[in-house]
Amino acid sequence: MKKLKVAILGSGNIGTDLLIKIQRSEFLECTLFIGRNLSSPGMTKAISLGVKVSDKSINAIIDDPGCCDLVFDATSAKDALHHWAILKEMGKIVVDMTPAKVGGLCIPAVNLSDSMEYQNVNMVTCGGQASIPIAYLIGQTHPDVEYIEVVSSIASRSAGPGTRLNLDEYIETTEEGIRIFSGAKRAKAILNLNPAFPCIDMQTTIFAKVPKPNIEALTNAVKGMVAKINSYVPGYQILVEPIFENNRIVVMVKAQGLGDYLPKYAGNLDIINCAAIAVAEEYAKKRSELTLPTTNFN
Amino acid sequence: MKNILISDPTLRDGNHAVAHQLSAAQVAIYCQAADNALIPIVEVGHGNGLGASSLQVGESLETDVVLLETARKNLSKSKLGIHVIPGFATINRDLKRAIDIGVDVIRVASHCTEADITQRHLGYSRERGKETYGVLMMTHMASPELLVEEAQKMELYGAEGIIIMDSAGAFIPSDVTDRITALVEGLSIPVGFHGHNNLGMGIANSVAAIEAGALMLDGTAKGFGAGAGNAQIEVLVAVLEKMGYTTGIDLYKILDAADIAEQHIMPLVPIIRSESIVSGLSGVFSGFSKHVTRISKEYGVDQRDVYFELGRRKVVAGQEDLIIEVVLDLVKANKNATRTN
Repeated sequence: MKKLKVAILGSGNIGTDLLIKIQRSEFLECTLFIGRNLSSPGMTKAISLGVKVSDKSINAIIDDPGCCDLVFDATSAKDALHHWAILKEMGKIVVDMTPAKVGGLCIPAVNLSDSMEYQNVNMVTCGGQASIPIAYLIGQTHPDVEYIEVVSSIASRSAGPGTRLNLDEYIETTEEGIRIFSGAKRAKAILNLNPAFPCIDMQTTIFAKVPKPNIEALTNAVKGMVAKINSYVPGYQILVEPIFENNRIVVMVKAQGLGDYLPKYAGNLDIINCAAIAVAEEYAKKRSELTLPTTNFN
Repeated sequence: MKNILISDPTLRDGNHAVAHQLSAAQVAIYCQAADNALIPIVEVGHGNGLGASSLQVGESLETDVVLLETARKNLSKSKLGIHVIPGFATINRDLKRAIDIGVDVIRVASHCTEADITQRHLGYSRERGKETYGVLMMTHMASPELLVEEAQKMELYGAEGIIIMDSAGAFIPSDVTDRITALVEGLSIPVGFHGHNNLGMGIANSVAAIEAGALMLDGTAKGFGAGAGNAQIEVLVAVLEKMGYTTGIDLYKILDAADIAEQHIMPLVPIIRSESIVSGLSGVFSGFSKHVTRISKEYGVDQRDVYFELGRRKVVAGQEDLIIEVVLDLVKANKNATRTN
């Protein structure tokens, strides 16, 4: 099968880890890895993998419109807004890794097929990717959800300067995702950075307030959901199964990374990258189905 | 005579001691008493500060808006302060509104090694022209050298002073002397100390801080605060006076304020319970105490084991959810132990 041509915009931790994951993909080929500085660690890695690189930021795509069909934007919320204005006109599909929130929110285990309708897919946040599948199930198993709160703790070393400056956007985007997918009236997101050494794996707790808790239905649903998530994030697991404690539903999950470019404890970065790859691969599969009759066998 | 700036978080840290159930009426009563006593800064809010009412830490009886508006109405001479932890409070949802209500002093806090998450909140507070401080929490978990680096970041972001918190009540005076000495040398802005009493060192540690060059101290009425409570403000004022420092606080009226607080806002005057000593020894955030007691009791485990395990895992303030995980792990371990017996 002909692979879908993708470009990665942003050569930081997220962009570089995406690149390594794409090298393994049967459906995706990274045709351009774009940053602003050819000597950054991410660029060095890409060059060592023999991937074409550019330090011209968005201009690299403007100058070579045929270079790719899909762009992963792994820059910042502010830059992603500017990039989208250009990429939209060019007809590129954008998988947005920042909390810019210009596209439709996507949690692959919940709405992968719906997301194929969007030209811009927003990957919410790392905490959102970990917690929203469970929040969604709370909404599915309870007719009336008063409030959902998600608390993520991540290793300090897995939070780069971008994450640290964008804590407020992280909170706002995660809360919006929780409300949309669970139907909860109110939502709150909290993020803790823990500097302990050895580094802690990413951990997320989902709390819910509902009038009539149905722990059995939720527990059964959670099992199926974990299997679904494991198809794209192998290191996602339940730490504490649903319990009802102190008048709140409590579920705890943990995400361990694959240890590609980033260490295993950085499950927060891995989970959002694995989700983004799942989205791009789905596009690739869909496109190959559409173009199958005219496939060029040369 | 040297002046020491006293900040009083009775109505913020004390909220931990009552599971964040302080009422507007109680806030009004204590604010009037504190204002009469000329306490320079009165801090008000949920135990973990602005925007922190949550299932994780505990839901407040009153909203931030009610707490702050009530305090604002009842303070005229004292400044109104808030505690702000990025990760809980956002600028758009929480901080803007608090400033619109009229807070005077904003203290932006982070875990002692994570100062760079305070950059935007500190910057915003300065832009709005508010008196702005940086707060490093759980400072027993960092060396003096590391604390200086983190405090210097806050200074760069616009903090006009740095307060270090002994949030777990884990310090003895020499720990405080080392840290304050290093900070006074490494910074060009004033340094302060916020003490807890788990090991009975609240006042002694505050005195050590002053002797090492700190210019700001936190204290609460009767020590009302998280865990074993805080350095007791009326004792601090008396001790500072005896040592020849000024605070601008009226001694008789602060003694009255403490009695009013005992009568109207605290179900129990803080004492150092057995578990608080373990909490201090294991270096666990004082705000965890009510949760640890409740969940340990619910699942029938020894809360002292829970503290030592939390300490071993180096949990930070805000990670209350881990208490459940640790307790459930202990339940499992206890079951296995019974089986092998």
